[in-house]
Amino acid sequence: MNKWSDNRAWWLVLPVVLIVAFSAVIPLMTVVNYSFQDTFGNNEFFWEGVGWFQEVLRSERFHSAMGRQFLFSFIILAIEIPLGIVIALAMPRKGFWVPFCLILMALPLLIPWNVVGTIWQIFGRIDIGLLGAFLDNIGVEYNYTQNTLDAWVTLVVMDVWHWTSLVVLLCYAGLQSIPDAYYQAARIDGASKWATFRYIQLPKMNRVLLIAVLLRFMDSFMIYTEPFVVTGGGPGNDTTFLSIDLVQMAIGQFDLGPAAAMSLIYFLIILLFSWVFFTIMSYLDRVEN
Amino acid sequence: MARIELNHLAHSYMPTIQSPEEFALKELNHVWEDGGAYALLGPSGCGKTTLLNIISGLLIPTHGEIRFDGEDVTRKATEARNIAQVFQFPVIYDTMSVYDNLAFPLRNRGVAANDVDRRVREIAELLELSDTLKHKASGLTADAKQKISLGRGLVRADVSAILFDEPLTVIDPHLKWQLRSQLKHLHKRFNYTMVYVTHDQTEALTFADKVVVMYDGAVVQMGTPEELFERPKHTFVGYFIGSPGMNVVPCHIDGDKAMVAGHAFAMEQGFSKIPTGASLEVGIRPEFLSLSREGSGPEVSIQKVEDLGRFKVASVRLEEHEFKVMVGEDQEVPTDGARLIVDPTHVNLYANSHLVEEA
Amino acid sequence: MTLTLENVWKTVGDEVHIAEANLSLERGTLNTLLGSTLSGKTSLMRLMAGLDKPTRGRVLFDGQDVTGVRVQDRNVAMVYQQFINYPALSVYENIASPLRIAKAPADEIDRKVRDAAAMMKLEPMLERTPSELSGGQQQRTALARALVKGADLVLLDEPLANLDYKLREELREELPKVFAESGAVFVYATTEPTEALLLGGNTATLHEGRVTQFGPTLDIYRNPGNLLTADVFSDPPMNTLPVSIRGGVVSHGEILSAPATDVLSKVPDGDYVIGFRPNHLHLHNREAGFIAVKTRVAVTEITGSESFVHVDFGGQRWVSLTHGVREVEIDSNIEVYLEPSKCFVFDAAGKLVAGPWTAGGEN
Repeated sequence: MNKWSDNRAWWLVLPVVLIVAFSAVIPLMTVVNYSFQDTFGNNEFFWEGVGWFQEVLRSERFHSAMGRQFLFSFIILAIEIPLGIVIALAMPRKGFWVPFCLILMALPLLIPWNVVGTIWQIFGRIDIGLLGAFLDNIGVEYNYTQNTLDAWVTLVVMDVWHWTSLVVLLCYAGLQSIPDAYYQAARIDGASKWATFRYIQLPKMNRVLLIAVLLRFMDSFMIYTEPFVVTGGGPGNDTTFLSIDLVQMAIGQFDLGPAAAMSLIYFLIILLFSWVFFTIMSYLDRVEN
Repeated sequence: MARIELNHLAHSYMPTIQSPEEFALKELNHVWEDGGAYALLGPSGCGKTTLLNIISGLLIPTHGEIRFDGEDVTRKATEARNIAQVFQFPVIYDTMSVYDNLAFPLRNRGVAANDVDRRVREIAELLELSDTLKHKASGLTADAKQKISLGRGLVRADVSAILFDEPLTVIDPHLKWQLRSQLKHLHKRFNYTMVYVTHDQTEALTFADKVVVMYDGAVVQMGTPEELFERPKHTFVGYFIGSPGMNVVPCHIDGDKAMVAGHAFAMEQGFSKIPTGASLEVGIRPEFLSLSREGSGPEVSIQKVEDLGRFKVASVRLEEHEFKVMVGEDQEVPTDGARLIVDPTHVNLYANSHLVEEA
Repeated sequence: MTLTLENVWKTVGDEVHIAEANLSLERGTLNTLLGSTLSGKTSLMRLMAGLDKPTRGRVLFDGQDVTGVRVQDRNVAMVYQQFINYPALSVYENIASPLRIAKAPADEIDRKVRDAAAMMKLEPMLERTPSELSGGQQQRTALARALVKGADLVLLDEPLANLDYKLREELREELPKVFAESGAVFVYATTEPTEALLLGGNTATLHEGRVTQFGPTLDIYRNPGNLLTADVFSDPPMNTLPVSIRGGVVSHGEILSAPATDVLSKVPDGDYVIGFRPNHLHLHNREAGFIAVKTRVAVTEITGSESFVHVDFGGQRWVSLTHGVREVEIDSNIEVYLEPSKCFVFDAAGKLVAGPWTAGGEN
């Protein structure tokens, strides 16, 4: 449906344009500016061309951070999406327990990120943490500050605990929109539970699932606060994701040029993935109509 | 195909029942013959959907039992009943092709692939869907989708009954005619037991051999379209069936005639004993009234004439009573001095809204 | 007030939603838009309301150009197929809502609400909320709200489609009265020819975004200017047969040849399509001059008062509608009879050349 063309509408958009300009576009341009120059302090800048980009793209450090980042996002998606679907399917469709389940699901989402990090940081400590001490007592060797695998497991479990609810809620909304007649028809057609899922529930959920995948991918790809609080990127650099690396480089080492170049590469990767998702979604839309 | 028996069937949505009004479906006993086409007709909230859900196995009735070919299925799950159902809004598997949609019920039951193929093609041919077998089902029109839902029922050789829940709601009037006559044709050819729920009298009457008219949770009459039209058992049936409905006006009896506002209406069928103290009404369909300048009928004043192309409907007044009269396309409505001519073979007498049987 | 559409087009991408609409609707009249789903009824209403802007052409209110004036700035009321009311407000407040927005004085609001409620038979339910009402009462509430607004243009988009058959019948009967009293321009969209006839007034028939004809409802029913209009305006659909009329003989291939009488005699020699409504296809030879045709019975449908007999002839499916109960064996061969005086004759382009209610020849 195309709407009215009314030039007054631009005035309504103006405040947003201004805010976005100050909060996003201008800082981004500054970053672009840094990425092509070098500085030794005193506000003196030297033209560097694409040097920083080349350096970042060739650097071992960037490669391993990006590798970790992709691995982390992949693990997160591989666990949270199926788990979210399973929980959503298991939730009651109507009745007394519905609000109860919904509130339970929404709880982790309401907790601020650094608090989540702190909770798990303490939870996993072997001296005072409930989980850490318990594992230690039953003889499981567990120490996320020293063992890489333990650190990864802790971060993944934390993220799953924190964010699976989002996938659950999105899937649940998708499931709720399926009319009863579909389930009845499936029963009449003698469809198994799996066939009902495969041919009714999954097709009706595919739109929300795409949104869930996109949101979870972007969020996990940009994860910073929680691992920073729990592991600080360690042990060694084993949980140093792109964002943590970036902050270390920019603030810790004050290497503004490479950090700026890295930010832009990071930004472009996320943009690329979002674009791919958007294309897939609009393609599915067209196919459906 | 199966014969369906409903024995002492009643249902209430309340957990405990305090009064008879709390029954959404009041006790009923019916036998629906194998191969019959039945329509459940009534306004919304009359209990027709409740009854359908009991037959399909979605609801377990509070009282009574339901039998398919003598076998008690009251507590059997939907999937174990061998029924097929077409819903109000088309239910199709969006991601599948038309072919796969039709094959789905057979594949679920482990039917061999070549049998599936033969059956699907046969049914597609029958429903005129052969050209679209390779298409994705989601891209089709509403009427084609409804045919697919029907087809998913027909492919199964073991179907006991096919249930229809207002299946033509989303179909354009022109296509309704096609789809309906196709249904009728299928029924005549294969003798499926069919149960069709609707609030639309034309659909019910044209589809069914027997129409079950429901009102307020109870069956008020079950009969052929002709019986419902000519001898409605209850004034509600007279009103609900026919467009416009039956004229129902208060009367009293003088000898063998019904007196309306001092004018005598002859009743050729006669009538049996009238319960004492009952309030009496005559019911005459607009189709059995005519207007003329000559004849012996009472003089009436014309209130309004609606021309509906194929026929006209004249609203006339006899004292304080209003009658609707159907006038043919080529006939004129007299503007003044019109007399109301009554067909004496089609005057029904009602005592407390129930038909007084003929003598 | 008059609502005029001048050569209005609406295209979205390369899809034409409305093509070349020219209509002039008078105050106090009821105008039915008749057409199948997706024929453009809703698109046309949206253009009239100002919810959409025409791609080309002008919309005039009383001669004043309002193309491009938004719906908020026009005095328009709309009722939809779905029952749309404010769920939290009582029926009274639902009806009063447009007056409250217009900041009408309290006593005027009360008077208008009660008038509208009386007209729509909602008086006993004024204190209830919409969820406590039946579908019919909910739609009456929506209609009452549209009425109190005192809009210049009231658009009703299949308002009775979601109601029970009998409720529809009642409301249909009441609506024309209400329309006549209100004095606005009413536009009513429906897919059902019978509904258009019951409502009376004027009818515009739509086919694929094009207005195929506009005029008083009965005139259009009796004088459909082309095959498209005739097809839209006939329920059951109009029966058709391509024929050749030459030298006073009407024929269809080898299987039909009969003297061309009455309407059929009023056209010059040539190839035509004849159309006849189901009630003019008879099972009995009642009058001389009827044309006998041998057909095969496909289906019979009996309503108790009428019978619909579907027959096949030369690749055409026809319906015959007769009074009373007519049981005919399926797949049997029967003779049916065309009534030449009730035939419509269309030329190769589908234009009406002669019909039962035309002067014949020149029209």
